[in-house]
Amino acid sequence: MIKLQLPLTEADVRQLKVGDEVALSGIMVTGRDEAHTWLINDKPDNVRKLLEGSVIYHCGPVVSKTDGEWKFVAAGPTTSIREEPIQADVVKEYKLRGVIGKGGMGPKTLAGLKEFGAVYLHAIGGAATLLAKSVKKVTDVIKLEEFGVPEAMWILEVEDFPAVVTMDSHGNSLHTKIKADSDKIAKELIGN
Amino acid sequence: MAFKLNKEKFRDAVLELIRLTSTELPRDVIAAMEKARDNEEPGSAAKSVLGSMLKNVVMAKADSTPICQDTGTNIHFVTIPEGISLRKVEQAIIEATQQATAEAYLRPNAVDSLTGKNTGDNTGVMAPYIHFEEWDDPAIKLQLALKGGGCENVSTQYKLPDTSLKAGRNLEGVYKCIIDAINKAQGLGCAPGVIGVGVGGDRATGMIMAKKQLFRKMGDSNPVQQLDDLEQKLLVDLNKLGIGPLGFGGKTTVLGVKIGAVHRLPASFFVSIAYMCWADRHHEMLFTESEVSYD
Ligand code: SF4
Repeated sequence: MIKLQLPLTEADVRQLKVGDEVALSGIMVTGRDEAHTWLINDKPDNVRKLLEGSVIYHCGPVVSKTDGEWKFVAAGPTTSIREEPIQADVVKEYKLRGVIGKGGMGPKTLAGLKEFGAVYLHAIGGAATLLAKSVKKVTDVIKLEEFGVPEAMWILEVEDFPAVVTMDSHGNSLHTKIKADSDKIAKELIGN
Repeated sequence: MAFKLNKEKFRDAVLELIRLTSTELPRDVIAAMEKARDNEEPGSAAKSVLGSMLKNVVMAKADSTPICQDTGTNIHFVTIPEGISLRKVEQAIIEATQQATAEAYLRPNAVDSLTGKNTGDNTGVMAPYIHFEEWDDPAIKLQLALKGGGCENVSTQYKLPDTSLKAGRNLEGVYKCIIDAINKAQGLGCAPGVIGVGVGGDRATGMIMAKKQLFRKMGDSNPVQQLDDLEQKLLVDLNKLGIGPLGFGGKTTVLGVKIGAVHRLPASFFVSIAYMCWADRHHEMLFTESEVSYD
């Protein structure tokens, strides 16, 4: 288990390779379709400092509010591939060091991760309660009114948020490798 | 003996069934996951991910919060005694569903397919889905499964013969379809999954049979010998694919395979595959006039 403190440097990220288990602590930001589109179309400046060196988490949480304080009740990852068309651009524009989600992403993102020095981290799909507990504090939320709860950008302080590196900054994707291997075995089993 | 339905009592009992299903995994599923975790290589991502999933299960139960935030499609299989009003049972289930959503055991998951509007309470056209059968016992049996979107998206259906797989209209053909489907799913259905299969039927009844299989116990055996053999073989072979938990690689790609057969038309031979994620949430309730019990 590699402990990582956000924000990350390029050196932090370049040492990671696929299959590494990591635990993240520090400030991260959630973002789904609406946030990604907004980041590219409007290029807002108020989030640059926040995102630089940090990671964007593909997550539509279940939240509760007590005494004016937001709390994450369930915070599992959502499917990442939807952001494939613009993920690399977002990484570049905002100097992100990582993307967290589930299911992995495609060749454009993989190339972007390599070029700009970032990684794709796979969170534990379905482990909603466990992941919510690693969110120590919701420090702010951006575009809540406009985007709604699942799509808003939630600024989170996390502690030991668990994930696995499945796409590294050297052009390797665990997803591609596992698929190539299993394709071969499936073919043998099907026997054609 | 005529069975008299106390609607309020029944509704409250269904609400408890929904809470239980959303927040606690069945014991046999937990046992299968523990076995899988112990079986994975020390220090592997597979082992630690299964460990985290199990930790999540413990936390969700302790806090009575949803195991996964996608509380899925609500599928009810109801078995009723003769003479009970289906409409009353249905109405009670709908009310319990609305209440369970209000109490955050269910996430609002029913979206109008034309307007995109979420009804906000998990009810709508054919939502929740309720399937009725009748039996002789003076009790209502209610089985509920919560089936998430991620795994439903990798559920699929084949039509035999399938030339690309060289799969014919026989159990060998069925075998090939299942290997192909699970390989295509990779980790996307939040592996390790439990695979329900319906052989035959029309496109709808085959899939209902597939979903019905998801209520079987993990370690049971199929009463039909041929199907039992196929289940055992698939359990071993699918785990050879090496996809592993969440597709990270490993020995556990599926936890179980359950197959049922339905009569079909001479002209059709469908293989319907219902992929259920590791968050295999299903429970059963038995409701009599005097008491309620849960599995
Ligand atoms: S596939 Fe299952 S575990 Fe994964 S996110 Fe969906 S409901 Fe949750």
